[in-house]
Amino acid sequence: MDYFDIFVSILGSTIRLSIPLIFTALAGLFSERAGIFDIGLEGKMLAAAFAAACLAYLSGSAWIGLLGGIGISIVFSLIHGFASITNRGNQIVSGVALNFIAAGLTIVLGQAWFSQGGRTPGLTGDARFAPIILPGVDFMREVPVIGPLYANVISGNNILTYLAFAAVPLSWWILYRTRFGLRLRAVGENPAAVDTAGISVAWLRYRALLVTGVLGGFAGAYLAIAQSAAFINNMSAGKGYIALAALIFAKWKPVPVMFACLLFGFLDAVANFMQGKSIPMIGEVPVQIFQALPYVLTCILLAGFIGIAHPPKAGGVPYVKER
Amino acid sequence: MRPNRIPNLPRIRKERLRLTPHPAIELAGIDKSFGAVHANKNINLTVAKGSIHGIIGENGAGKSTLMSILYGFYQADRGEIRIDGKPVTIRDSQTAISSGIGMVHQHFMLVENFTVLENVMLGAEGGQLLAKGVAGARKELKRLETEYGLDVDPDAVIEELPVGKQQRVEILKALYRGAEILILDEPTGVLTPAEADHLFRILKVLRDQGKTILLITHKLREIMAITDEVSVMRRGEMVATRKTAETTVEELAELMVGRRVLLRVEKGEAQPGKVLLSVKNLTVKDSRGVTMVDDVSFDVREGEILGIAGVAGNGQSELLEAIAGIRKPTSGEILIDGQPVAGLDPARLRQIGLAHIPEDRHHMGLVLKFEEYENSVLGYHREPRYGRGALLDLDAIRKDAEEKIAKYDIRPPNPRLKTANFSGGNQQKIVVAREIERDPKMLIIGQPTRGVDIGAIEFIHRRIVEMRDAQKAVLLVSVELDEIRSLSDRIIVMFAGKVVGEKTPDAGEQALGLMMAGIAA
Repeated sequence: MDYFDIFVSILGSTIRLSIPLIFTALAGLFSERAGIFDIGLEGKMLAAAFAAACLAYLSGSAWIGLLGGIGISIVFSLIHGFASITNRGNQIVSGVALNFIAAGLTIVLGQAWFSQGGRTPGLTGDARFAPIILPGVDFMREVPVIGPLYANVISGNNILTYLAFAAVPLSWWILYRTRFGLRLRAVGENPAAVDTAGISVAWLRYRALLVTGVLGGFAGAYLAIAQSAAFINNMSAGKGYIALAALIFAKWKPVPVMFACLLFGFLDAVANFMQGKSIPMIGEVPVQIFQALPYVLTCILLAGFIGIAHPPKAGGVPYVKER
Repeated sequence: MRPNRIPNLPRIRKERLRLTPHPAIELAGIDKSFGAVHANKNINLTVAKGSIHGIIGENGAGKSTLMSILYGFYQADRGEIRIDGKPVTIRDSQTAISSGIGMVHQHFMLVENFTVLENVMLGAEGGQLLAKGVAGARKELKRLETEYGLDVDPDAVIEELPVGKQQRVEILKALYRGAEILILDEPTGVLTPAEADHLFRILKVLRDQGKTILLITHKLREIMAITDEVSVMRRGEMVATRKTAETTVEELAELMVGRRVLLRVEKGEAQPGKVLLSVKNLTVKDSRGVTMVDDVSFDVREGEILGIAGVAGNGQSELLEAIAGIRKPTSGEILIDGQPVAGLDPARLRQIGLAHIPEDRHHMGLVLKFEEYENSVLGYHREPRYGRGALLDLDAIRKDAEEKIAKYDIRPPNPRLKTANFSGGNQQKIVVAREIERDPKMLIIGQPTRGVDIGAIEFIHRRIVEMRDAQKAVLLVSVELDEIRSLSDRIIVMFAGKVVGEKTPDAGEQALGLMMAGIAA
């Protein structure tokens, strides 16, 4: 394999590995810009993956699976909202609790329903999202450089991949060009300003969490019924936390979120590729080094070496009217 | 084109209002309790249209509660609100806004990283998409600007504006929503004298254009300077309403407190002795590396009060913290009794005899969740009279606390009460008692009476003067120019981290104001 082929293959898997990160990080973006920290992204993704796999298997339709994933993710989001908005609980505690619930419940229910050690039965045909071959691939394949990129990176992905990339400008537009976006950004910075302007802080934050739920559902569905063909124990494997790191790394802005996710996806792809291979002069590099890089980069960022990351000012603080 | 969701067209409304004979606001029998606290007792109030009406009272007198009821933050338990002669039920801020009431809060309700335009539009965007409303909002802002002299760049980001302008944005927000009645809650607390004058000019223009203004303040001078009528609240009751022209500062103070109050601090000539605290070429940078105190030098002698005047944020806080050992100076010297002390920690400085009453009692002076007696020894708890080794002698501490409570008239007189449950004035007395009763050699004080009511102010001021008369050195920082002028023997003014000049306390307010604004030296 020459170097260009390797490059194309790594790029292709970068895209595949970035998609759940992009959905999840955007999910976190809506929640956190509204002032609700969401450490429960991991749990939402996992629960949504499980629900999507179950429903896709039972119905034979990937779309129903997707809807199921979105549904359960919204439920998780609303529980988080009920704890942290309505009851003004601690957002971190609530998020962590939801992660535990998702991790435990998926295995228990999976085992009870399908008896395959927590896995769901494999999906075939319409029960999962198949790759879409874009027109002109055969023709383009012959073109040097651009051809392989088009055929292997741009074409041949499933519908959710394209939706993820569409969700980025859409999120930007919602956040910066609509009334909902203006209010959402305001409520994450100074909820009292929103309240005194005659807008309900709680309702606004619940609506933000609904968006978070929908996007979290997409992320989970992608894992179980697009990238894989079944639910596997703990298949989110920390991606929710990586997405959270990407969100911080991107300073809570939609377009940088996409690039941060692509970067972290790329590191993951390189880690997979490097498994068991040795670099000349250095020797075999432990794959954990690449896996740790997203966290290391985020820590460096938070320490203030790459600009300053300002989280939304009201983040993590339940809103209480002052006398 | 005007955005379509803004309630009331101001112009049309104004014409209509002039024709109607009703008062702008009538409150009848407003009553409100929070649990056992009876915050508003049967309040009646009539505010004439096109007037500036002052509401004055001590902290906890119920002013803020009353205004919160008017703005829909709380609902009254009983009573009626009539706006423009019509009874209204104000359920939330939204109904207050659509009844033509606008509020300028003490702590601005602005989103700091938004532009002026975004802040003004928030809640009155004129449609689902922002693009539609923006052009209309710009035009409307321009109109308000020319009509009332409220010039602010609509594209400026709030956090980059000086506070005076931020406040103008708050006023613009209210006017943009068609407010006919403007409530201002302690509006001058954060302003320079020049900015306050500018605000008053704006308020007079607004009044002359037919707006009604409710001004809530505890500063008697402002009431006298700008209001047409004034109502006094005390312990949840409306005790009097006067025409401003027919009353005096003394009468109002007496009405507020319920007894005669000494507004002037009585003190004799200072008898300055030797230099006790000496600051030489002190420079302090904050955590971002910005120079906050820039090459500052001064001396404080025994038996004198040196006042540092200046608008908040001009380096006074950092200066105090550097002297108190909380912040490390970047360069320069601090000498106490000729000994260099820069860089020593606060515990060591206390042993040397430096007492510190910090600017912000909530963040630095007290642990609000502690009981009163715990706070009354905080920082001095290692002293042998409060315990031995790792153990505290709680009996001794409580007895000590009780003595201070009696001497400083701290209410309620209960050392076991959680500190958060004391009023601002009593909390401040806890801090003052702790620091002064230690009999230090010198005292540094920041904002001794911020958020403290008149009775307690009088008490704290007297203590400070007593310290001076006992030949202690006192360094006083306050943003209240009146306080600086009435207490200090000498005044230095800080602007942008530098000392811009020194004056005697009889220097005119205007001269000091110009120095505080960095215009004159």
